[in-house]
Amino acid sequence: MANANALSIQNLTKTYANGFQALKGISLEVREGDFYALLGPNGAGKSTTIGIICSLVTKTSGKVRIFDTDIDRDFSSAKRLIGLVPQEFNFNVFEPVEEILVNQAGYFGIDRRTAFARAEQYLKQLGLWDKRREQARDLSGGMKRRLMIARALVHRPRLLILDEPTAGVDIEIRRSMWQFLTELNRSGTTIILTTHYLEEAENLCRTIGIIDEGELVENTTMKRLLNELQTETFVLDLKAPLQEAPDIRQHCLRLVDDTTLEAEITRDCSINFLFDELTRRGIEVLSMRNKTNRLEQLFVHIVEENNRARKF
Amino acid sequence: MTLGEKYVALKTIFIKEVLRFARIWVQTIVPPVITISLYFIIFGNLIGSQIGDMEGFRYMDYIVPGLIMMAVITNSYANVVSSFYGTKFHHHIEEMLVSPLPYYLIVLGFVAGGIARGLTVGIAVTGVSMFFTDLSFHNPGILISTVFLTSALFALAGLLNGIFAKSFDDISIIPTFVLTPLTYLGGVFYSIHMLPGFWQNVSRVNPILYMVNTFRYGFLGVSDLSIGLSYAIIIGFILVLYSWAIYLLRSGYGIRR
Repeated sequence: MANANALSIQNLTKTYANGFQALKGISLEVREGDFYALLGPNGAGKSTTIGIICSLVTKTSGKVRIFDTDIDRDFSSAKRLIGLVPQEFNFNVFEPVEEILVNQAGYFGIDRRTAFARAEQYLKQLGLWDKRREQARDLSGGMKRRLMIARALVHRPRLLILDEPTAGVDIEIRRSMWQFLTELNRSGTTIILTTHYLEEAENLCRTIGIIDEGELVENTTMKRLLNELQTETFVLDLKAPLQEAPDIRQHCLRLVDDTTLEAEITRDCSINFLFDELTRRGIEVLSMRNKTNRLEQLFVHIVEENNRARKF
Repeated sequence: MTLGEKYVALKTIFIKEVLRFARIWVQTIVPPVITISLYFIIFGNLIGSQIGDMEGFRYMDYIVPGLIMMAVITNSYANVVSSFYGTKFHHHIEEMLVSPLPYYLIVLGFVAGGIARGLTVGIAVTGVSMFFTDLSFHNPGILISTVFLTSALFALAGLLNGIFAKSFDDISIIPTFVLTPLTYLGGVFYSIHMLPGFWQNVSRVNPILYMVNTFRYGFLGVSDLSIGLSYAIIIGFILVLYSWAIYLLRSGYGIRR
């Protein structure tokens, strides 16, 4: 993997005309080849950051570099390196699918012959080839999302930015999109992803940044972040009903209903100990699962801590 | 971008714009042709036969150039204002903004689309006019250059309206309250020599008067005004509107947050 930065942001600020300060001096770096999750609550500043990187929003101050290119010096060259999948559908719904891709390629100066060949390649990869002659308005929500991915790739960018690409997409299509993005990342494309599905970020991304109220409150590797999780809550499905939760040292157990037990396990405790104790008491466990996604637990914790710190 | 890439990009916007109005030709090409045909029938044939000659020509022959120019002006303007505002309103403009397209190519692409529609309607109206009059072409060079430059000017004006517009109401205000009165008072139906001295001078402030007269000169060889001055005014307006459009796009007005 290369060592250069695909994206480098320094002290980025944005104050809108109405005085709202959307970004308060964000600095972050995304390594080339990384799969980076940019998370944050609604209105945190994620889309503003992406908008500035892609020239849709004018920054107030700060520096943005795409690979080796400073956007203030040569935005035209920087734009060639970026592919954007925006949050909202922003193509002409009356245009045929294939034409949307060919036009986008044309704006990058790619001749029509090459553009048609690339449109074919990406429409096939994303399962839209059969729909190429249809107007975009006739596509389903999931297809429209995939169309925007194909459009973002048609000029072969080295950095792909996806702003909530799987919002409103059913789980089957979402998983196929995950697979596509994983393969794309493996082939060398750096990917920045914003999403509210934290399971998605946990499964796909290696590095994570959390923005809250215009500030970067976390920027680390996914592994390191998950290691910060002190307690995990598991849900155990029992074979036989219980009258009350067993009292086991070091574990906080709670009976949700007579065959469902919730167990809070701290990082320094072995899960084997819990099972040994349950077995000793004759309690048989049929299945076990996490109560919530681990990243979700951390995300909520970080944002709450940040809000609390701001109040004081 | 290299020169070749810029050519591809410009061609892409132009083709996109032409396909846009060509796909909905029943809404974009047919109505102006019908409207101008009604002008030919009512003003040219029915009322015109009662009016007599104008500047030594049959009234129908006199108004045909102005009516063709009126169709070119309104359609060049309408094409760009509706297309650009629609592009902005539905956020398709972002497709261009995230690409390395220079702003002047965006302007030229939309203007080329406006010219294409203006000239398409102009040619269709000219074809219809042949059913009512025998057209003569006094100076084809002046005729073609005037219609082309005027079309470019109003395409640019439409683009500016599209940049400033914040709602669909805003794209109909200028055509209704500015463009139509200026066109009707721009010597389409009469010679300014028919007006009292004061109103002749007022009329000279109207830039459309110069375009209509120069275009009429291309057909009939008569004009109320200096041809050279008309070209200077048209080209001057084009340069001002083009520079203004580039400035606004570069500043992000109306297109970037």
